[in-house]
Amino acid sequence: MTTDVKKQDAMPPTKEAAPTRAPHQDVPTGHKPAEGRVGGGLFDPKQLLKSFPDAVRKLDPRVMVKSPVMFVVLVGSVVTTVLALKDPTDWFGWAITVWLWLTTVFANLAEAVAEGRGKAQADTLRKAKTDTVARRLTQDGKSEESVPGTELRIGDLVVCEAGDIIPGDGDVVEGVASVDESAITGESAPVIRESGGDRSAVTGGTKVLSDRIVIKITTKPGETFIDRMINLVEGAARQKTPNEIALNILLASLTIVFLLAVVTLQPFAVYAGAKQSLIVLTALLVCLIPTTIGALLSAIGIAGMDRLVQRNVLAMSGRAVEAAGDVSTLLLDKTGTITLGNRQAAEFVPVKGTTAAELADAAQLSSLADETPEGRSIVVLAKEKYGLRERHQGELGQAEWIAFTAQTRMSGVDVDGRKVRKGATGSVVAWVEGQGGRVAEDAQALTDTISQAGGTPLLVAVEDADGARVLGVIHLKDVVKEGMRERFDELRRMGIKTVMITGDNPLTAKAIAEEAGVDDFLAEATPEDKMALIKREQAGGKLVAMTGDGTNDAPALAQADVGVAMNTGTSAAKEAGNMVDLDSNPTKLIEIVEIGKQLLITRGALTTFSIANDVAKYFAIIPAMFAVAYPGLDKLNIMGLASPESAILSAVIFNALIIVALVPLALKGVQYRPTSADRMLRRNLGLYGLGGLIAPFIGIKLIDLLISLIPGIG
Amino acid sequence: MSPQTAGVLQLLALIGALALAYRPLGDYMARVYSSEKHYKPEKWIYRAIGANPGTEMRWPAYLRGVLAFSAVSVLFLYALQRLQGVLPGSLGFQSIDPDQAFNTAASFVANTNWQSYYGEQAMGHVVQTGGLAVQNFVSAAVGMAVAVALVRGFARSRTGELGNFWADLVRGTVRILLPMAVIGALVLVACGAIQNFAGIHEVGQFTGGSQQWNGGAVASQEVIKELGTNGGGYFNANSAHPFENPTPFSNLFEIFLILVIPFSLTRTFGRMVGNLRQGYAILATMAVIWIGFTALMMWTEFAGHGPAFEAAGGAMEGKETRFGIGASAIFSVATTLTSTGAVNSFHSSYTGFGGGIQLLGMQLGEIAPGGVGSGLYGMLIMAVIAVFIAGLMVGRTPEYLGKKIGTREIKFAACYILITPALVLCFTAAAMALPTPANSMTNTGAHGFSEILYAYTSGANNNGSAFAGLNADTQWFNSTIGIAMLLGRFLPMVFVLALAGSLAEQKPVPETAGTLRTDKPLYTGLLVGTIMIITGLTYFPALALGPLAEGLAS
Repeated sequence: MTTDVKKQDAMPPTKEAAPTRAPHQDVPTGHKPAEGRVGGGLFDPKQLLKSFPDAVRKLDPRVMVKSPVMFVVLVGSVVTTVLALKDPTDWFGWAITVWLWLTTVFANLAEAVAEGRGKAQADTLRKAKTDTVARRLTQDGKSEESVPGTELRIGDLVVCEAGDIIPGDGDVVEGVASVDESAITGESAPVIRESGGDRSAVTGGTKVLSDRIVIKITTKPGETFIDRMINLVEGAARQKTPNEIALNILLASLTIVFLLAVVTLQPFAVYAGAKQSLIVLTALLVCLIPTTIGALLSAIGIAGMDRLVQRNVLAMSGRAVEAAGDVSTLLLDKTGTITLGNRQAAEFVPVKGTTAAELADAAQLSSLADETPEGRSIVVLAKEKYGLRERHQGELGQAEWIAFTAQTRMSGVDVDGRKVRKGATGSVVAWVEGQGGRVAEDAQALTDTISQAGGTPLLVAVEDADGARVLGVIHLKDVVKEGMRERFDELRRMGIKTVMITGDNPLTAKAIAEEAGVDDFLAEATPEDKMALIKREQAGGKLVAMTGDGTNDAPALAQADVGVAMNTGTSAAKEAGNMVDLDSNPTKLIEIVEIGKQLLITRGALTTFSIANDVAKYFAIIPAMFAVAYPGLDKLNIMGLASPESAILSAVIFNALIIVALVPLALKGVQYRPTSADRMLRRNLGLYGLGGLIAPFIGIKLIDLLISLIPGIG
Repeated sequence: MSPQTAGVLQLLALIGALALAYRPLGDYMARVYSSEKHYKPEKWIYRAIGANPGTEMRWPAYLRGVLAFSAVSVLFLYALQRLQGVLPGSLGFQSIDPDQAFNTAASFVANTNWQSYYGEQAMGHVVQTGGLAVQNFVSAAVGMAVAVALVRGFARSRTGELGNFWADLVRGTVRILLPMAVIGALVLVACGAIQNFAGIHEVGQFTGGSQQWNGGAVASQEVIKELGTNGGGYFNANSAHPFENPTPFSNLFEIFLILVIPFSLTRTFGRMVGNLRQGYAILATMAVIWIGFTALMMWTEFAGHGPAFEAAGGAMEGKETRFGIGASAIFSVATTLTSTGAVNSFHSSYTGFGGGIQLLGMQLGEIAPGGVGSGLYGMLIMAVIAVFIAGLMVGRTPEYLGKKIGTREIKFAACYILITPALVLCFTAAAMALPTPANSMTNTGAHGFSEILYAYTSGANNNGSAFAGLNADTQWFNSTIGIAMLLGRFLPMVFVLALAGSLAEQKPVPETAGTLRTDKPLYTGLLVGTIMIITGLTYFPALALGPLAEGLAS
């Protein structure tokens, strides 16, 4: 996954409406190293420079007040500026003032950079949203009128033909067409949209490539899918998520505590005979309040959404992303998520009196004309297991090919007086008996065994000089995607239960569930069953995530805490879910959960780091302030900082620079490995808790060493 | 045996005794607060106050009960002191001045027992026994009730109901504090503490001159003074007075009384939330801080440098020779880490660092193990904060005991941790900035500052011990410390109960492998770290200018 993300970052937005996102590559999940799976792409230092003007623009107090911590820094910067202006010869006052302003700007920079990444995507989307002229059908449905796309109302019927841009979101009510949806999905291969069924939804801004369709508009202009996408990637629609609000409350209360600690310090200092200048007190305050996390908090949230967008997933709310981290039950559709889409031949089982080689030969022959994936897999198995070279239809001269149809449910070939057939048990038995042959006694037992093991049996029969007879059975089975078992084991370690949803009978479902290693399965699942399962899990306090695409999935998608609708699905499904996967790849649900977790971890890690940092700052600033009054306090200067001024300045500079230093981490998210909560906590506490204690001691000392070289400071 | 060894052995004996009492007392308290039964005497009380002990209360109703009861108590105690001059059995003492009467009423109702008066020279039998001693029981029972309400908040789900305040108050008093106090008083009397209603005796001294000795119901008040983490002594010298605390054994026994309920409440907590391991984790957190502080205190008091220290074998100034440095250190840490505030030595005379340890102990919010009830709820609030900060690092919305710590919960917890620092720092700053309060200081420099910082720290955290050396019987100190005590006691309770209500409404989140385990040593370490860092950061500048400046000077 990391690879395709890197690619996007390296690719500048081009002039034409080319997709900004590389088409999703479904890398077999098991092959990816667990590490860095949800990495967020490279961070380019140039982005910092580019976003600088935006950062300055964000100094508007009306904007800043939304982050209480940074608002205090802004007020502090203004205060020190006034003081520095009153005493322009005081270099120390100016130095502090400059660094306080830088602290504020750096905080805005973090947010601006995070937003900047979304802006590029939004620009490309806007190009797709060119003003279209819609061909609206009049009330009587007989004639057309041209109206601007912006004047369409819900329920209007519009006509689109090859070359037209679809003017708004809607459902196809008449006709079939191939549509180029690359403007939204980045996938260049056209998709089929047809009236009725689960593939009727079309999105405004996409282009009809062939044929004619009539679309019933389902959204108001300005609220279309593409509008929502633009808002989302730009962060315009961004609202603080519940956890972010809670964290902000805690940070605000810590800010108040430190504000009190600093404000009340002056009377104590006066009594001690060490009255402090307002500049020093402001510097102390800014160093103590949790500026690091305060500065990066919104960037972390934006970047989290962005990481989803990079994976072609649109979260309709930040709340859903957070909920994804909390999910404890995953409902996964079997087909496409757990197993490859199709069954594959796994084994040839001959009846008594036939050899496996004989059966393989007949099976291969009968499947040459079968272009279904199952048919292809039989040819492949014959080649791989029995060394039978694939014969081409042309090689066999006088052959008459019988293709597989849904009616006959058989395929085969008549060649050299031999008739070979392969197909569903019932059809083949009927064919053999129709040819006057006899079905081997053990054929029934063999097919039963395969059915019970969760497989699908196909019979192979032949009619030649010896008459019509069954040769054996082909064992078709669902093939579990590679690496799924490991993936589910990881999920289990993270405390997430996986439930496989399938329309198969319980027997088949159980066999696949065991093979894939899911915790539970729901067989012969109807939408109602799915809904009931979700409600049952939720009643136990669990959060449930699922994917779905059909209209009958819509209620369940709405009920689930995280409902990921496939972009290929119906508009009802897309409306009901709180995320849309543009790639329509259900396996992504697992990644979505990981991104949600990573978002929360990043927040927690930087909060811990930010608070732990304060210890060192006290050891720098308190002796600097009071060693004059109480010389004993100089023993607290364990870093051996050069002078009181250099100590305070170093702490302020460290405080500002650490924000910039952590911007990449905030944007990329902390490294995430699926593991148990215990190990994760141990690791992150060590890294960000202990690290947060120690790092500033080193950082402040280094800065002090540097600035004490400046004459007059050291 | 060296004094150091004696100190360590006493500490070990204390730990042993606490460990023995832990299970039975903790389980007993859980049964008391979960029982459906009402005893006869309890029913009489309910009838007398017109309360129905069977009705469940939501948090606002519970809070109204707490506040109404406490307000009536303050008024009653105030009136009793103001009328002392005309009441019989007052040993001829005058009525108390309004500002001091307010201060004392607030102090005893807030479970603080800050005393700006000399017990033996101001309060007669009626006020001491009918007013102050009664509050020693019920103010402690109020603290326990609020703690139990919070525990119910964690234990219950999909309800806003937190139990019945009146039932919790009466049961805490009648079934827990009273029986324990009776046994404890007998032990103290056996040790030699006095228990009578005698008047004032004039006693001749060896060196000539005379001395006044008061009689009084001392043992009964002494036992609840410790057991209810109150701390208000019958005599001004408090537990350093031989009538209150006659022998080294009674001394150790009093420390045991101070600590036994707060520590055992963690078991009650574990029982009531149905997970004993969670109780042990909280116990471990408390124990680590308590033992750490005690060790530090012993170290700094034994290690004092200079000729006087070396002659005495440590910092003996202000400590009773009956107890020595070890037992004094253990007592002073126990009293400042709980909301007790009883003293058997003069805190002002401790080394600079020793004074710092006492101050920090109170500033932690008195949660290791803390006051009866208040220690548990204070610690649980910190546990919520720690879970919130660190819990995010496991990639889930933070949860504690199956309850989500969301916006509402963190709002209440954040308000809780704001209150005492705000009171301590603002009042201390005001006292330092205004011209008159500083006249009360009897020391200059860092030590003088420590006196005032200590006074407000003690008041706002409901400790009640005094650093000594500060003349606190002035209108300014009586009023401001009185306000600090009331706000420091009852504002946090508002947020604790609001939090409890919010938690009780939630449905529980099942525990999975992805849940942060709060019953493991790692979490205990995290909790200790959070407590130390958050409090340390709040008070570091103030401590630097007081005890640290003093301690680092030598």
